[in-house]
Amino acid sequence: MEKIPVIEFRNIVKNFSSQRVLDGVNVSFESGQTTVIAGASGQGKSVTLKLILGLLAPEEGEILVDGTNIVGMSRKAINEVRGKFGVLFQGGALLDSVTVYGNVALPLRERSFLGKDEIDIQVRQMLKQLDLEGHEDKYPAQLSGGMKKRVGLARALMLQPDIMLFDEPTTGLDPHITLDIYRLFYRTQRQFGYTAIIVSHDIPRVFNLADKVVILNKGKMVTFDSPEEIQMSTDPVVADFASETMGHVYRSNEME
Amino acid sequence: MLNFIEKTGDYFLSIVRDLGRMGLFLLSLIRGLFSRPFRFREVVRQLRMIGADSFWVIFFTGAFTGMVLGLQGYYSLRKFGSEGLLGSAVALSLIRELGPVLTALMVTGRAGSAMCAEIGIMRNSEQLDALECMSIDPFRFLITPKFLATIISVPILTQFFNVVGIGGGYLAGVVLLEVNPGAFFSGIEQSVVNQDINLGIIKSFVFALLIVWICAGRGYYVHKIRNGGFGAEGVSRATTQAVVMSSISVLVWDYLITAVML
Repeated sequence: MEKIPVIEFRNIVKNFSSQRVLDGVNVSFESGQTTVIAGASGQGKSVTLKLILGLLAPEEGEILVDGTNIVGMSRKAINEVRGKFGVLFQGGALLDSVTVYGNVALPLRERSFLGKDEIDIQVRQMLKQLDLEGHEDKYPAQLSGGMKKRVGLARALMLQPDIMLFDEPTTGLDPHITLDIYRLFYRTQRQFGYTAIIVSHDIPRVFNLADKVVILNKGKMVTFDSPEEIQMSTDPVVADFASETMGHVYRSNEME
Repeated sequence: MLNFIEKTGDYFLSIVRDLGRMGLFLLSLIRGLFSRPFRFREVVRQLRMIGADSFWVIFFTGAFTGMVLGLQGYYSLRKFGSEGLLGSAVALSLIRELGPVLTALMVTGRAGSAMCAEIGIMRNSEQLDALECMSIDPFRFLITPKFLATIISVPILTQFFNVVGIGGGYLAGVVLLEVNPGAFFSGIEQSVVNQDINLGIIKSFVFALLIVWICAGRGYYVHKIRNGGFGAEGVSRATTQAVVMSSISVLVWDYLITAVML
């Protein structure tokens, strides 16, 4: 069956001052798939997510979301496109002065016409699914790093987005909590059926989640259909990356 | 030499970019006023934080400003045998100038700096990005309530400052220095006209706009600050700039408004 690209980058160029971060990038992200964008720190992985969301604009090129070019779109139009996305930011990006309950309820309160009682039911359901019961009245400063990610994920899933973007979801977390987050990702993706793009340098563990892997290095993106292909690549840049970060690649059953 | 020219050019370009951003910020601020849904509860919360919680600082500033005006005014007017004009001098100074300006400066220092720091921290921790990604307009959600609360609070606080200041002038002049109380109040009644009160009110509205525009704007664009706007140092730098720029703007616009309306 032909895979339908839900997001496409066509000849994307992005600069920050004198540094070229993305240099004529062409990549597509297919519907229903999990794509991992990997690369060393500072290569532009998070910039890629911000370009998809319209938070940054490229110097050249087109970004197609469901076939529509979002580059140069009006504020109103881009807000409609953003309705398809849920985002888990690196630090959670929870509103500091709002409780866990308030953060999770925020998308429904601001963007739906549901009544207070209906919102309460949905929020409590989501908190239960993500093992956040009992923490409703806490503020973000009172939460651990792993808890903040759970709350961020709960908030991102409230409007049942078609596409989920994960910006370094396990950075700063210990291995045990990292595994928890990956299990949570696996469970929610099966339940909600979203397309996922994960930016991470937690290699090779994050490859267990991937249907496709994109390596970002020195402004270029190279796509691989499996982690094993990365190790077999003859591209010297990819080979360097693989030997430094991956070692022996294996598939484990940890996520089952 | 070339390096110097390049750096000078960079500097002026950064000023032009900054002015452009602040212009766009003002337009977005106005747009946020007409966006729905309207956050009434948040406006009330901000009214408490910006307005009500400034009560004591305005009270003490107003009281002691009035008292020092009474004291200084008495000794100046006594040289001309005109102590009876003390009430007029205190009232006109407060209503036309000191009330609006000092209230604006106090609110800048207290609420303006807090506004800048809060929004700056939200910018650095990607909370503003998170709002935009949820298609929630950060201006409607965050900045408009602060703007409305400031526009409502500052004129009210200014009138409160004036009343307390006149009371302070009465205390210093009449109670302590034995100026005739009838002369004190009749002087106010005869010399203060509608134009004086209107001038003070107009100034307070303009100053309120300046405070939110500059302080919230510096926080919103903390990541664009020249020479690094990230982390705690970036927020600190933005907050300092916001308070200084806001204070200077209040003084400049005080002169401009006075020159136009006199």
